[in-house]
Amino acid sequence: MGTTGRNWREYPQRYRMEAAKCKKCGKINFPPRLICPECGHREFETVKLSDEGIIKTYTVIRVAPTGFEDEVPYAVGIVELKDGVSTMMQIADCEPEELKIGMPVKVEFRLVQAEGDAGILMYGYKAVPVRN
Amino acid sequence: MREVAVIGVGMNEKWGELWEKSFRDLFTEAALNAIDDAGVDKIDSMYIGCMSGGLFVGQEHIGSIMADYLGYGNIPAARVESACASGGLAFRQAFIDVASGMNDIVLAGGVEKMLDVDGGAATYALSTAADQEYECFHGITFPGLYAMIAKAHMHKYGTTREQLAHVSVKNHKNGAKNKRAQFPFETTLDGVINSVMVADPLTIMDCSPVTDGAAAVILCPLDLAKKKFKKHQIIQVIGTGQATDTIALHDRKDLTWLTAVELAGKKAFEMAGKKPTDINLCEVHDCFSIAEICVTEALGFFEPGKGGPAVESGATAIGGKIPINTSGGLKSKGHPVGATGIAQIIEITEQLRGDSGERQVKGAKVGMAQNMGGSGGSSVCHILEVK
Repeated sequence: MGTTGRNWREYPQRYRMEAAKCKKCGKINFPPRLICPECGHREFETVKLSDEGIIKTYTVIRVAPTGFEDEVPYAVGIVELKDGVSTMMQIADCEPEELKIGMPVKVEFRLVQAEGDAGILMYGYKAVPVRN
Repeated sequence: MREVAVIGVGMNEKWGELWEKSFRDLFTEAALNAIDDAGVDKIDSMYIGCMSGGLFVGQEHIGSIMADYLGYGNIPAARVESACASGGLAFRQAFIDVASGMNDIVLAGGVEKMLDVDGGAATYALSTAADQEYECFHGITFPGLYAMIAKAHMHKYGTTREQLAHVSVKNHKNGAKNKRAQFPFETTLDGVINSVMVADPLTIMDCSPVTDGAAAVILCPLDLAKKKFKKHQIIQVIGTGQATDTIALHDRKDLTWLTAVELAGKKAFEMAGKKPTDINLCEVHDCFSIAEICVTEALGFFEPGKGGPAVESGATAIGGKIPINTSGGLKSKGHPVGATGIAQIIEITEQLRGDSGERQVKGAKVGMAQNMGGSGGSSVCHILEVK
Protein backbone atom coordinates (compact mmCIF):
# COMPACT_ATOMS: atom_id res chain seq x y z
CA MET A 1 0.00 0.00 0.00
CA GLY A 2 1.37 3.38 -0.78
CA THR A 3 1.10 6.69 -2.50
CA THR A 4 3.25 8.18 -5.21
CA GLY A 5 5.02 10.40 -2.72
CA ARG A 6 5.60 7.60 -0.30
CA ASN A 7 7.27 5.47 -2.96
CA TRP A 8 9.29 8.40 -4.40
CA ARG A 9 10.73 9.08 -0.93
CA GLU A 10 12.28 5.59 -0.87
CA TYR A 11 13.86 5.79 -4.36
CA PRO A 12 17.47 6.08 -3.11
CA GLN A 13 17.05 2.82 -1.19
CA ARG A 14 14.77 0.93 -3.59
CA TYR A 15 16.49 1.93 -6.84
CA ARG A 16 20.11 2.34 -5.80
CA MET A 17 20.30 0.48 -2.45
CA GLU A 18 21.83 3.50 -0.74
CA ALA A 19 22.73 3.00 2.90
CA ALA A 20 24.19 5.20 5.65
CA LYS A 21 27.62 4.19 6.96
CA CYS A 22 28.31 5.56 10.44
CA LYS A 23 31.34 7.85 10.38
CA LYS A 24 32.28 6.77 13.90
CA CYS A 25 31.76 3.00 14.26
CA GLY A 26 31.42 2.05 10.58
CA LYS A 27 28.09 0.26 10.92
CA ILE A 28 26.16 0.30 7.67
CA ASN A 29 22.51 1.17 8.26
CA PHE A 30 19.89 0.19 5.69
CA PRO A 31 17.64 2.05 5.39
CA PRO A 32 19.51 5.16 6.55
CA ARG A 33 18.79 6.39 10.07
CA LEU A 34 19.29 9.72 11.81
CA ILE A 35 21.19 8.15 14.71
CA CYS A 36 23.41 5.07 14.67
CA PRO A 37 21.78 2.29 16.76
CA GLU A 38 25.23 0.84 17.44
CA CYS A 39 27.09 3.88 18.83
CA GLY A 40 24.71 6.86 18.89
CA HIS A 41 26.70 8.90 16.36
CA ARG A 42 24.76 11.19 14.02
CA GLU A 43 27.03 11.61 10.99
CA PHE A 44 27.00 9.20 8.08
CA GLU A 45 28.36 8.77 4.59
CA THR A 46 26.19 7.38 1.81
CA VAL A 47 27.37 4.01 0.53
CA LYS A 48 25.88 1.54 -1.94
CA LEU A 49 25.09 -1.91 -0.57
CA SER A 50 26.81 -5.00 -1.92
CA ASP A 51 24.76 -6.91 -4.49
CA GLU A 52 26.07 -10.28 -3.33
CA GLY A 53 24.90 -12.25 -0.36
CA ILE A 54 23.44 -15.45 1.06
CA ILE A 55 19.94 -16.52 2.13
CA LYS A 56 19.72 -16.40 5.94
CA THR A 57 16.13 -17.66 6.03
CA TYR A 58 13.19 -17.74 3.65
CA THR A 59 9.58 -18.79 3.14
CA VAL A 60 7.31 -19.42 0.18
CA ILE A 61 4.17 -17.31 0.31
CA ARG A 62 1.07 -19.32 -0.73
CA VAL A 63 -1.56 -16.89 0.60
CA ALA A 64 -0.60 -13.42 -0.59
CA PRO A 65 -1.45 -9.95 0.62
CA THR A 66 -3.49 -7.63 -1.61
CA GLY A 67 -1.56 -6.74 -4.75
CA PHE A 68 0.52 -9.94 -4.79
CA GLU A 69 -2.31 -12.47 -5.41
CA ASP A 70 -1.25 -13.21 -9.00
CA GLU A 71 2.30 -14.05 -8.01
CA VAL A 72 1.78 -17.02 -5.68
CA PRO A 73 3.73 -19.05 -4.92
CA TYR A 74 6.67 -16.69 -4.47
CA ALA A 75 9.68 -16.79 -2.18
CA VAL A 76 10.65 -14.07 0.29
CA GLY A 77 13.84 -14.24 2.29
CA ILE A 78 16.24 -12.39 4.52
CA VAL A 79 19.49 -11.91 2.61
CA GLU A 80 22.78 -11.23 4.38
CA LEU A 81 24.89 -9.11 2.03
CA LYS A 82 28.68 -9.21 1.87
CA ASP A 83 28.93 -5.89 3.73
CA GLY A 84 27.14 -7.40 6.72
CA VAL A 85 23.71 -5.84 6.16
CA SER A 86 20.70 -8.17 6.35
CA THR A 87 17.47 -7.15 4.67
CA MET A 88 14.27 -8.65 3.32
CA MET A 89 13.51 -9.18 -0.35
CA GLN A 90 11.80 -11.55 -2.73
CA ILE A 91 13.86 -14.37 -4.21
CA ALA A 92 13.06 -14.48 -7.92
CA ASP A 93 13.73 -16.84 -10.84
CA CYS A 94 13.71 -19.97 -8.69
CA GLU A 95 11.66 -23.02 -7.85
CA PRO A 96 10.64 -23.10 -4.16
CA GLU A 97 12.11 -26.60 -3.79
CA GLU A 98 15.65 -25.55 -4.75
CA LEU A 99 15.98 -22.88 -2.05
CA LYS A 100 18.22 -23.51 0.96
CA ILE A 101 19.52 -21.49 3.87
CA GLY A 102 23.10 -20.45 3.03
CA MET A 103 22.47 -20.37 -0.73
CA PRO A 104 24.38 -17.57 -2.54
CA VAL A 105 22.29 -14.90 -4.29
CA LYS A 106 22.82 -11.83 -6.43
CA VAL A 107 20.63 -8.75 -5.93
CA GLU A 108 18.97 -7.29 -9.04
CA PHE A 109 16.77 -4.29 -9.89
CA ARG A 110 13.23 -5.59 -10.46
CA LEU A 111 9.57 -4.63 -10.51
CA VAL A 112 8.21 -5.37 -7.01
CA GLN A 113 4.58 -4.28 -7.11
CA ALA A 114 2.04 -2.07 -8.85
CA GLU A 115 0.00 0.38 -6.82
CA GLY A 116 -3.74 -0.23 -7.08
CA ASP A 117 -5.58 -1.04 -10.34
CA ALA A 118 -3.99 1.66 -12.50
CA GLY A 119 -1.32 3.07 -10.24
CA ILE A 120 2.39 3.52 -10.60
CA LEU A 121 4.80 0.65 -10.92
CA MET A 122 7.01 0.29 -7.87
CA TYR A 123 10.51 -0.96 -8.51
CA GLY A 124 13.09 -2.22 -6.07
CA TYR A 125 15.47 -5.09 -5.49
CA LYS A 126 15.07 -8.86 -5.56
CA ALA A 127 17.54 -11.68 -5.01
CA VAL A 128 18.27 -14.28 -7.67
CA PRO A 129 20.02 -17.57 -6.76
CA VAL A 130 23.58 -17.88 -8.06
CA ARG A 131 23.97 -21.23 -9.85
CA ASN A 132 27.44 -22.55 -10.57
CA MET B 1 4.44 1.84 44.96
CA ARG B 2 1.19 0.26 46.15
CA GLU B 3 0.55 -3.48 45.87
CA VAL B 4 -2.12 -4.31 43.27
CA ALA B 5 -4.77 -7.03 42.97
CA VAL B 6 -7.03 -8.32 40.20
CA ILE B 7 -10.56 -8.44 41.62
CA GLY B 8 -12.77 -8.99 38.59
CA VAL B 9 -12.65 -10.59 35.16
CA GLY B 10 -15.03 -10.66 32.20
CA MET B 11 -15.23 -11.75 28.58
CA ASN B 12 -17.87 -12.33 25.95
CA GLU B 13 -19.67 -15.62 26.42
CA LYS B 14 -17.88 -16.93 23.34
CA TRP B 15 -15.26 -15.54 20.93
CA GLY B 16 -15.43 -15.99 17.20
CA GLU B 17 -17.50 -14.66 14.30
CA LEU B 18 -19.81 -12.45 16.33
CA TRP B 19 -21.84 -10.88 13.51
CA GLU B 20 -24.61 -9.66 15.79
CA LYS B 21 -22.27 -7.74 18.12
CA SER B 22 -20.82 -4.33 17.29
CA PHE B 23 -17.36 -3.08 18.23
CA ARG B 24 -18.76 -1.04 21.14
CA ASP B 25 -21.09 -3.82 22.34
CA LEU B 26 -18.28 -6.38 22.35
CA PHE B 27 -16.24 -4.24 24.69
CA THR B 28 -19.13 -3.09 26.87
CA GLU B 29 -20.33 -6.66 27.38
CA ALA B 30 -16.89 -7.84 28.57
CA ALA B 31 -16.42 -4.74 30.75
CA LEU B 32 -19.83 -5.17 32.41
CA ASN B 33 -19.04 -8.82 33.11
CA ALA B 34 -15.77 -7.77 34.79
CA ILE B 35 -17.52 -5.04 36.81
CA ASP B 36 -20.17 -7.56 37.98
CA ASP B 37 -17.54 -10.19 38.77
CA ALA B 38 -15.62 -7.70 40.93
CA GLY B 39 -18.72 -6.22 42.55
CA VAL B 40 -17.46 -2.63 42.16
CA ASP B 41 -19.85 0.30 41.96
CA LYS B 42 -17.51 2.72 40.19
CA ILE B 43 -14.54 2.91 37.83
CA ASP B 44 -11.92 5.63 38.31
CA SER B 45 -10.10 5.20 35.02
CA MET B 46 -9.81 2.83 32.10
CA TYR B 47 -7.22 1.55 29.59
CA ILE B 48 -8.29 -0.24 26.42
CA GLY B 49 -5.95 -2.30 24.27
CA CYS B 50 -6.93 -2.11 20.61
CA MET B 51 -4.54 -2.64 17.74
CA SER B 52 -6.43 -1.13 14.85
CA GLY B 53 -9.96 0.14 15.40
CA GLY B 54 -9.23 2.47 12.49
CA LEU B 55 -8.50 -0.23 9.92
CA PHE B 56 -10.91 -2.89 11.18
CA VAL B 57 -14.01 -0.77 11.84
CA GLY B 58 -13.01 2.80 10.96
CA GLN B 59 -13.25 3.85 14.60
CA GLU B 60 -10.56 5.70 16.53
CA HIS B 61 -11.02 7.79 19.73
CA ILE B 62 -11.73 4.48 21.42
CA GLY B 63 -11.27 5.65 25.03
CA SER B 64 -14.20 8.03 24.68
CA ILE B 65 -16.64 5.79 22.83
CA MET B 66 -16.09 2.91 25.25
CA ALA B 67 -16.32 5.03 28.41
CA ASP B 68 -19.50 6.59 27.01
CA TYR B 69 -21.21 3.27 26.23
CA LEU B 70 -20.06 1.75 29.52
CA GLY B 71 -21.95 4.51 31.30
CA TYR B 72 -18.85 6.24 32.64
CA GLY B 73 -18.86 9.09 30.13
CA ASN B 74 -16.51 11.40 32.00
CA ILE B 75 -13.73 9.22 33.43
CA PRO B 76 -10.19 9.34 32.04
CA ALA B 77 -10.05 6.58 29.43
CA ALA B 78 -7.25 5.85 27.00
CA ARG B 79 -6.72 3.43 24.14
CA VAL B 80 -3.23 1.95 24.17
CA GLU B 81 -1.55 0.21 21.27
CA SER B 82 1.40 -2.10 20.89
CA ALA B 83 0.10 -4.22 17.98
CA CYS B 84 -0.94 -7.66 19.27
CA ALA B 85 0.51 -6.80 22.70
CA SER B 86 -2.01 -3.95 23.14
CA GLY B 87 -4.04 -5.86 25.74
CA GLY B 88 -1.01 -6.72 27.85
CA LEU B 89 0.06 -3.11 27.65
CA ALA B 90 -3.39 -1.89 28.75
CA PHE B 91 -3.09 -4.17 31.79
CA ARG B 92 0.37 -2.81 32.55
CA GLN B 93 -0.82 0.80 32.28
CA ALA B 94 -3.72 0.02 34.62
CA PHE B 95 -1.30 -1.64 37.06
CA ILE B 96 0.93 1.46 37.01
CA ASP B 97 -2.12 3.71 37.51
CA VAL B 98 -3.18 1.81 40.65
CA ALA B 99 0.36 1.20 41.94
CA SER B 100 1.22 4.89 41.64
CA GLY B 101 -1.69 5.90 43.85
CA MET B 102 -3.31 7.95 41.11
CA ASN B 103 -6.49 5.84 40.88
CA ASP B 104 -8.09 3.07 42.95
CA ILE B 105 -10.53 1.12 40.76
CA VAL B 106 -9.13 0.77 37.26
CA LEU B 107 -10.46 -1.24 34.33
CA ALA B 108 -8.03 -2.78 31.86
CA GLY B 109 -9.70 -4.07 28.73
CA GLY B 110 -9.02 -5.09 25.19
CA VAL B 111 -11.15 -5.36 22.07
CA GLU B 112 -10.86 -6.14 18.39
CA LYS B 113 -13.63 -6.43 15.83
CA MET B 114 -11.81 -8.18 12.96
CA LEU B 115 -14.56 -9.83 10.92
CA ASP B 116 -16.37 -6.76 9.60
CA VAL B 117 -13.70 -6.62 6.87
CA ASP B 118 -12.71 -9.27 4.31
CA GLY B 119 -9.59 -11.41 4.56
CA GLY B 120 -7.46 -9.08 2.44
CA ALA B 121 -8.28 -6.06 4.56
CA ALA B 122 -7.70 -8.02 7.79
CA THR B 123 -4.32 -9.23 6.50
CA TYR B 124 -3.40 -5.66 5.63
CA ALA B 125 -4.47 -4.31 9.03
CA LEU B 126 -2.38 -6.96 10.80
CA SER B 127 0.60 -6.35 8.52
CA THR B 128 0.85 -2.77 9.78
CA ALA B 129 2.59 -4.26 12.84
CA ALA B 130 5.57 -5.00 10.56
CA ASP B 131 7.89 -2.56 8.75
CA GLN B 132 5.70 -1.25 5.93
CA GLU B 133 8.53 0.06 3.74
CA TYR B 134 11.15 -2.67 4.20
CA GLU B 135 9.14 -5.83 4.95
CA CYS B 136 5.56 -5.50 3.66
CA PHE B 137 6.70 -3.71 0.47
CA HIS B 138 8.21 -7.03 -0.63
CA GLY B 139 4.98 -8.99 -0.25
CA ILE B 140 5.57 -10.53 3.16
CA THR B 141 2.72 -11.45 5.53
CA PHE B 142 2.69 -12.26 9.24
CA PRO B 143 2.51 -16.01 8.61
CA GLY B 144 5.47 -15.40 6.27
CA LEU B 145 7.53 -13.63 8.95
CA TYR B 146 6.95 -16.41 11.49
CA ALA B 147 7.59 -19.00 8.77
CA MET B 148 11.03 -17.42 8.32
CA ILE B 149 11.62 -17.67 12.08
CA ALA B 150 10.51 -21.32 11.90
CA LYS B 151 12.91 -22.09 9.01
CA ALA B 152 15.77 -20.45 10.92
CA HIS B 153 14.89 -22.37 14.11
CA MET B 154 14.67 -25.69 12.25
CA HIS B 155 18.01 -24.98 10.55
CA LYS B 156 19.82 -23.95 13.74
CA TYR B 157 18.39 -26.44 16.22
CA GLY B 158 16.86 -29.26 14.19
CA THR B 159 13.33 -28.38 15.30
CA THR B 160 10.94 -30.59 13.31
CA ARG B 161 7.71 -30.05 11.40
CA GLU B 162 6.03 -32.45 13.84
CA GLN B 163 7.19 -30.46 16.87
CA LEU B 164 5.57 -27.32 15.44
CA ALA B 165 2.35 -29.29 14.94
CA HIS B 166 2.46 -30.52 18.55
CA VAL B 167 1.89 -26.91 19.68
CA SER B 168 -1.39 -26.68 17.76
CA VAL B 169 -2.49 -30.17 18.83
CA LYS B 170 -1.87 -29.39 22.51
CA ASN B 171 -3.55 -25.99 22.38
CA HIS B 172 -6.62 -27.36 20.61
CA LYS B 173 -6.81 -30.13 23.21
CA ASN B 174 -6.91 -27.47 25.95
CA GLY B 175 -9.25 -25.21 23.98
CA ALA B 176 -11.70 -28.07 23.44
CA LYS B 177 -12.41 -27.76 27.18
CA ASN B 178 -12.90 -23.97 27.04
CA LYS B 179 -16.50 -22.95 26.37
CA ARG B 180 -15.42 -19.46 25.29
CA ALA B 181 -13.03 -20.73 22.59
CA GLN B 182 -13.64 -19.87 18.94
CA PHE B 183 -12.52 -23.34 17.80
CA PRO B 184 -13.19 -25.71 20.73
CA PHE B 185 -12.22 -28.94 19.00
CA GLU B 186 -9.24 -31.27 19.01
CA THR B 187 -6.94 -31.84 16.06
CA THR B 188 -4.15 -34.26 15.13
CA LEU B 189 -0.57 -34.01 13.86
CA ASP B 190 -1.80 -35.04 10.41
CA GLY B 191 -4.61 -32.52 10.62
CA VAL B 192 -2.10 -29.74 11.21
CA ILE B 193 0.63 -30.82 8.81
CA ASN B 194 -1.70 -31.65 5.91
CA SER B 195 -3.95 -28.59 6.07
CA VAL B 196 -3.63 -25.72 3.59
CA MET B 197 -0.08 -24.34 3.29
CA VAL B 198 0.04 -20.60 4.03
CA ALA B 199 3.78 -19.86 4.11
CA ASP B 200 6.23 -22.78 4.13
CA PRO B 201 6.51 -24.53 6.56
CA LEU B 202 3.39 -23.13 8.27
CA THR B 203 -0.09 -24.38 7.39
CA ILE B 204 -3.32 -22.67 8.36
CA MET B 205 -3.39 -24.94 11.44
CA ASP B 206 -0.12 -23.37 12.63
CA CYS B 207 -1.80 -19.94 12.53
CA SER B 208 -4.12 -18.28 15.05
CA PRO B 209 -7.43 -17.16 13.53
CA VAL B 210 -9.04 -13.75 13.07
CA THR B 211 -11.61 -13.23 15.79
CA ASP B 212 -14.19 -10.83 17.18
CA GLY B 213 -13.84 -10.52 20.92
CA ALA B 214 -13.21 -8.46 24.02
CA ALA B 215 -11.97 -9.01 27.55
CA ALA B 216 -11.72 -6.87 30.70
CA VAL B 217 -10.36 -7.05 34.22
CA ILE B 218 -10.65 -4.80 37.28
CA LEU B 219 -7.61 -3.85 39.36
CA CYS B 220 -7.42 -2.14 42.74
CA PRO B 221 -4.94 -1.70 45.60
CA LEU B 222 -4.32 -4.98 47.46
CA ASP B 223 -5.29 -3.38 50.78
CA LEU B 224 -8.63 -2.28 49.39
CA ALA B 225 -9.22 -5.74 47.88
CA LYS B 226 -8.63 -7.36 51.30
CA LYS B 227 -11.08 -4.99 52.98
CA LYS B 228 -13.83 -4.67 50.43
CA PHE B 229 -13.63 -7.16 47.56
CA LYS B 230 -13.46 -10.57 49.18
CA LYS B 231 -15.92 -12.32 46.86
CA HIS B 232 -13.12 -14.25 45.13
CA GLN B 233 -9.71 -15.55 46.10
CA ILE B 234 -7.51 -12.42 45.93
CA ILE B 235 -4.94 -12.52 43.14
CA GLN B 236 -1.97 -10.15 43.36
CA VAL B 237 0.02 -8.82 40.40
CA ILE B 238 3.57 -9.39 41.62
CA GLY B 239 5.57 -8.65 38.48
CA THR B 240 5.31 -6.64 35.29
CA GLY B 241 7.82 -6.23 32.46
CA GLN B 242 7.78 -4.62 29.04
CA ALA B 243 10.42 -4.42 26.31
CA THR B 244 10.79 -3.62 22.63
CA ASP B 245 13.01 -4.91 19.83
CA THR B 246 13.62 -3.97 16.19
CA ILE B 247 10.37 -3.82 14.24
CA ALA B 248 12.00 -5.49 11.23
CA LEU B 249 12.82 -9.17 11.68
CA HIS B 250 15.89 -8.83 9.43
CA ASP B 251 17.52 -6.34 11.84
CA ARG B 252 17.87 -8.99 14.59
CA LYS B 253 21.22 -10.70 15.01
CA ASP B 254 19.63 -14.05 15.90
CA LEU B 255 16.42 -14.69 13.98
CA THR B 256 15.43 -17.48 16.40
CA TRP B 257 15.69 -15.41 19.57
CA LEU B 258 12.95 -13.08 20.87
CA THR B 259 14.95 -10.49 22.83
CA ALA B 260 11.90 -8.38 23.74
CA VAL B 261 10.31 -11.46 25.34
CA GLU B 262 13.50 -12.35 27.19
CA LEU B 263 13.86 -8.81 28.60
CA ALA B 264 10.16 -8.33 29.47
CA GLY B 265 10.24 -11.72 31.19
CA LYS B 266 13.41 -10.93 33.12
CA LYS B 267 11.94 -7.65 34.39
CA ALA B 268 8.76 -9.40 35.53
CA PHE B 269 10.71 -12.24 37.21
CA GLU B 270 13.00 -9.76 38.96
CA MET B 271 10.13 -7.63 40.26
CA ALA B 272 8.23 -10.72 41.43
CA GLY B 273 11.29 -12.29 43.03
CA LYS B 274 10.55 -15.47 41.08
CA LYS B 275 12.37 -17.65 38.57
CA PRO B 276 11.00 -19.75 35.69
CA THR B 277 10.86 -22.89 37.88
CA ASP B 278 8.54 -21.06 40.32
CA ILE B 279 5.85 -20.62 37.66
CA ASN B 280 2.99 -23.16 37.79
CA LEU B 281 1.45 -22.25 34.42
CA CYS B 282 1.93 -19.70 31.66
CA GLU B 283 -0.18 -18.22 28.90
CA VAL B 284 2.09 -17.36 25.96
CA HIS B 285 1.53 -15.59 22.67
CA ASP B 286 1.12 -18.52 20.25
CA CYS B 287 0.06 -16.41 17.26
CA PHE B 288 1.86 -19.10 15.26
CA SER B 289 3.05 -22.52 16.46
CA ILE B 290 6.73 -21.52 16.20
CA ALA B 291 6.06 -18.46 18.38
CA GLU B 292 5.13 -20.63 21.37
CA ILE B 293 8.35 -22.63 20.97
CA CYS B 294 10.50 -19.47 20.77
CA VAL B 295 8.69 -17.81 23.71
CA THR B 296 9.10 -20.80 26.03
CA GLU B 297 12.84 -20.60 25.31
CA ALA B 298 13.10 -16.81 25.68
CA LEU B 299 11.29 -16.89 29.04
CA GLY B 300 13.75 -19.50 30.31
CA PHE B 301 11.35 -22.43 30.69
CA PHE B 302 13.59 -24.39 28.31
CA GLU B 303 17.12 -24.00 26.95
CA PRO B 304 17.51 -22.34 23.52
CA GLY B 305 16.56 -24.93 20.90
CA LYS B 306 14.76 -27.20 23.40
CA GLY B 307 11.28 -25.71 23.01
CA GLY B 308 10.39 -28.13 20.20
CA PRO B 309 11.41 -31.32 22.05
CA ALA B 310 9.66 -29.94 25.16
CA VAL B 311 6.23 -29.63 23.55
CA GLU B 312 6.70 -33.02 21.87
CA SER B 313 7.47 -34.65 25.24
CA GLY B 314 4.31 -33.30 26.87
CA ALA B 315 6.21 -30.99 29.24
CA THR B 316 3.90 -28.10 28.30
CA ALA B 317 0.62 -30.04 28.53
CA ILE B 318 -1.71 -29.78 31.53
CA GLY B 319 -0.06 -32.11 34.04
CA GLY B 320 3.38 -31.51 32.50
CA LYS B 321 6.37 -29.66 33.96
CA ILE B 322 5.03 -26.23 32.96
CA PRO B 323 1.54 -26.16 31.43
CA ILE B 324 1.46 -23.64 28.59
CA ASN B 325 -1.74 -22.12 27.18
CA THR B 326 -4.27 -24.01 29.27
CA SER B 327 -6.94 -21.73 27.76
CA GLY B 328 -6.30 -23.15 24.29
CA GLY B 329 -4.03 -20.25 23.47
CA LEU B 330 -4.54 -17.85 20.60
CA LYS B 331 -4.76 -20.85 18.29
CA SER B 332 -7.93 -22.43 19.67
CA LYS B 333 -9.44 -19.71 21.88
CA GLY B 334 -9.13 -17.09 19.10
CA HIS B 335 -7.02 -13.98 18.69
CA PRO B 336 -8.92 -10.68 18.67
CA VAL B 337 -5.56 -8.96 18.80
CA GLY B 338 -6.23 -6.09 21.23
CA ALA B 339 -8.14 -8.38 23.62
CA THR B 340 -5.69 -11.28 23.71
CA GLY B 341 -3.37 -9.88 26.41
CA ILE B 342 -6.31 -9.33 28.76
CA ALA B 343 -7.77 -12.78 28.10
CA GLN B 344 -4.39 -14.26 29.06
CA ILE B 345 -4.61 -12.45 32.43
CA ILE B 346 -8.16 -13.80 32.83
CA GLU B 347 -7.05 -17.41 32.25
CA ILE B 348 -4.28 -17.04 34.83
CA THR B 349 -6.61 -15.34 37.34
CA GLU B 350 -9.27 -18.04 36.98
CA GLN B 351 -6.66 -20.80 37.27
CA LEU B 352 -5.26 -19.23 40.45
CA ARG B 353 -8.79 -18.87 41.83
CA GLY B 354 -9.28 -22.59 41.12
CA ASP B 355 -12.18 -21.86 38.74
CA SER B 356 -10.91 -23.54 35.55
CA GLY B 357 -12.92 -26.76 35.70
CA GLU B 358 -11.59 -29.46 33.39
CA ARG B 359 -8.56 -27.32 32.50
CA GLN B 360 -7.57 -26.69 36.11
CA VAL B 361 -3.86 -26.93 36.92
CA LYS B 362 -3.93 -28.54 40.35
CA GLY B 363 -2.47 -26.44 43.14
CA ALA B 364 -1.56 -23.50 40.89
CA LYS B 365 -0.27 -20.62 43.03
CA VAL B 366 1.87 -18.57 40.61
CA GLY B 367 1.01 -17.91 36.95
CA MET B 368 2.50 -15.88 34.15
CA ALA B 369 1.12 -14.19 31.01
CA GLN B 370 3.26 -13.21 28.02
CA ASN B 371 1.84 -11.02 25.24
CA MET B 372 3.73 -10.09 22.07
CA GLY B 373 3.50 -7.53 19.26
CA GLY B 374 4.49 -8.03 15.63
CA SER B 375 7.25 -10.52 14.90
CA GLY B 376 8.59 -9.89 18.42
CA GLY B 377 9.02 -6.11 18.21
CA SER B 378 7.33 -5.73 21.60
CA SER B 379 6.40 -7.90 24.54
CA VAL B 380 4.66 -7.47 27.88
CA CYS B 381 4.85 -10.03 30.72
CA HIS B 382 2.98 -10.29 34.02
CA ILE B 383 3.26 -12.63 36.98
CA LEU B 384 0.27 -13.19 39.28
CA GLU B 385 0.13 -14.96 42.62
CA VAL B 386 -2.54 -16.22 44.98
CA LYS B 387 -2.58 -13.92 48.01
